[in-house]
Amino acid sequence: MSFNIAVCIKPVPDPSHYDKITIHPVNKTITREGIPTIINPVDKNAIEAALQVKEKWGGKVTVITMAPPSAEENLREALAMGADEAVLLTDRAFAGADTWATSYTLAQGLKKIGHFDLIFTGTESADGATSQVPAQLAQWLKIAHLWNVQQFKITNKEELQAQMKIENGYIEYALKLPALLAVSRECNKPRYTTIMGVMKAKKKPLITYTADDLDLNKDFIGLKGSPTQPGDIYTPELGRKGQELTGEVEEIVAQLIQKLRAAGLNLESWNACAVGRE
Amino acid sequence: MNLKDYQGIWVIAEQMAGCLNSVSFELLGKAQELKKQLQTPEPVTAVLVGKDVEELAPELGAYGAEEIIVVDHPGLELYQNQTYAEVLADLIKEKKPSILLMGATGIGQDLAPILGVKVNTGVAAHCVDLRINQDNNLVAVVPAFGGKVLGDILCPKHRPQMATLKPGVLGKPERNNQAHYTITKYDPAESLKKDAGRVKALGIYRQEVKGVPLEEAEIVVAGGWGMGSKENWQLLEELASLLGGAVGCTRPPVDEKWVEGEHQMIGTSGKTVRPKVYIGAAISGATHHVCGMKDSGLVISINKDPKAPIFEVSDIRIVGDAKTILSKLIEEIKKIRGNVN
Ligand SMILES: Cc1cc2nc3c(=O)[nH]c(=O)nc-3n(C[C@H](O)[C@H](O)[C@H](O)COP(=O)(O)OP(=O)(O)OC[C@H]3O[C@@H](n4cnc5c(N)ncnc54)[C@H](O)[C@@H]3O)c2cc1C
Ligand SMILES: Nc1ncnc2c1ncn2[C@@H]1O[C@H](COP(=O)(O)O)[C@@H](O)[C@H]1O
Repeated sequence: MSFNIAVCIKPVPDPSHYDKITIHPVNKTITREGIPTIINPVDKNAIEAALQVKEKWGGKVTVITMAPPSAEENLREALAMGADEAVLLTDRAFAGADTWATSYTLAQGLKKIGHFDLIFTGTESADGATSQVPAQLAQWLKIAHLWNVQQFKITNKEELQAQMKIENGYIEYALKLPALLAVSRECNKPRYTTIMGVMKAKKKPLITYTADDLDLNKDFIGLKGSPTQPGDIYTPELGRKGQELTGEVEEIVAQLIQKLRAAGLNLESWNACAVGRE
Repeated sequence: MNLKDYQGIWVIAEQMAGCLNSVSFELLGKAQELKKQLQTPEPVTAVLVGKDVEELAPELGAYGAEEIIVVDHPGLELYQNQTYAEVLADLIKEKKPSILLMGATGIGQDLAPILGVKVNTGVAAHCVDLRINQDNNLVAVVPAFGGKVLGDILCPKHRPQMATLKPGVLGKPERNNQAHYTITKYDPAESLKKDAGRVKALGIYRQEVKGVPLEEAEIVVAGGWGMGSKENWQLLEELASLLGGAVGCTRPPVDEKWVEGEHQMIGTSGKTVRPKVYIGAAISGATHHVCGMKDSGLVISINKDPKAPIFEVSDIRIVGDAKTILSKLIEEIKKIRGNVN
């Protein structure tokens, strides 16, 4: 028994640098200079999930992304982790796609490559973080899917069981294959690339498709094909005029207690906020 | 698509095991605000899906639903994405709402995008605000880059205009016990036949939350990576319990398992809180975290680094060792308590 597996990955600006992102005052565009582009962190969990399935059951892992040409580097990294093949969907016509148009394009890309028993994605991308691409992709492909998967178990070639995280718990499901799973960070611990992996990755196939290579409805792609359209962008107002409490620890804590009382807390009570209300 | 055929503001209410998710009330409050901003007001409708759920309808009425569409069926007891999507897509196609709102909950974030493809429209994901513009269109404000940037999203040529809203951001509206509302029943039997049965729910497992739930707490004591150990973490637990508050955290304490689970995390991928008082200890103030606490009342921060970004969103800054400050604070509050008892 073996599985044909696809993993959707997205290159994103490294989230540990988001504090540095600014909006250009004149052009109103996002300035992300000097921020490296990496594989969306949770997409590495998706790659790991696929590799583990392959190691246990046999099969083949194809990574796919819709991204600018520079994404080759990120695809090579996925190949170095252990994926067998990579596919890059890249075209100016894809630019500005919302989740609806992105998922449509990915679906047509996957159909072009072949049939997949399993598709893995991350739960959300760090930059846009809509978390909508996985469910929409499954919808275009007309296959079962589950989002926010914290754990899964393949029963046989036809079925798998998976847990979808919800607030304070999870719901367990049985899914018929082919199926798409959007995995969360808890699902596994992504492996690191090794020197050997990097060497091997250089020789693995990396195929590029443009819009003309795919069977696409041109009205469904890019910004023009997107039902949602972006308007203004701005940064949220955050600044507060903070007051620093200084002195020895005893003095600081004494001032702090005064501040808490001034804010209406009743420190004599076990529910400091409830007192004084009806 | 003739946009004029689409009328009305819908809220898909979320319930689980006979209990409404409070984000449904927040959405109804927002729906009522949007109604006032429209050129001509359109009715606010709540859609309630599940098994034996009709008794929850009055509660939705009290928070602003003028009509409640009840979709009650044994086949809808547990959430199954494909099943729910078949039913709601048919309902939307039949009744044609202009605006459709859902909570950005575990379920809402799964269901909304499916509907987007099924009814061929755009969905703005986990918005922090909504308004109507001069063209009478919905404008959804969505955070990007962990909340560092906000962007307006419109859906000018498709209907319904869909959005999911992050729980906790808007606050709950006033309850009105005298509200007038109507209840309409909708039979989903035909839609259910279309479900291919590819996704079957087997069971639901929920963790008991100890003490005050984080999103309802009026005092939040939050801690970060700088707390250093599970042992030190106890200080936060102790302070929160002394104050009748809840403990929140950043991401590292979840990874380190100093807290019980991710439900205690505040931020972009966690909860949005707006307590009266937020006390943050040993938290650097990454955008991802700040995005979930910035609307709190009084913000008090303790960090040993005077340049920590959290201080820029704090009303009261304490530069120092969190362990020392918290220990002393606990000691003093205990003294105060001692005097009372
Ligand atoms: C896609 C994505 C989503 C994310 N979502 C979230 C989210 O929802 N919520 C969230 O919180 N994070 C989230 N993160 C992580 C986030 O980017 C930060 O890494 C995290 O918030 C940092 O947590 P911290 O402040 O506890 O740790 P650090 O940034 O490591 O800061 C520790 C702080 O403690 C201080 N300190 C150390 N020792 C002491 C001491 N003894 N006394 C006082 N101060 C001390 C240090 O000066 C420092 O400022 C996300 C990341 C990604 C990539
Ligand atoms: N352009 C893309 N190319 C490939 N996969 C993507 C792309 N955008 C999103 N995904 C996948 O969908 C998941 C959720 O992304 P998002 O819906 O953007 O939050 C990501 O973790 C990826 O696995």
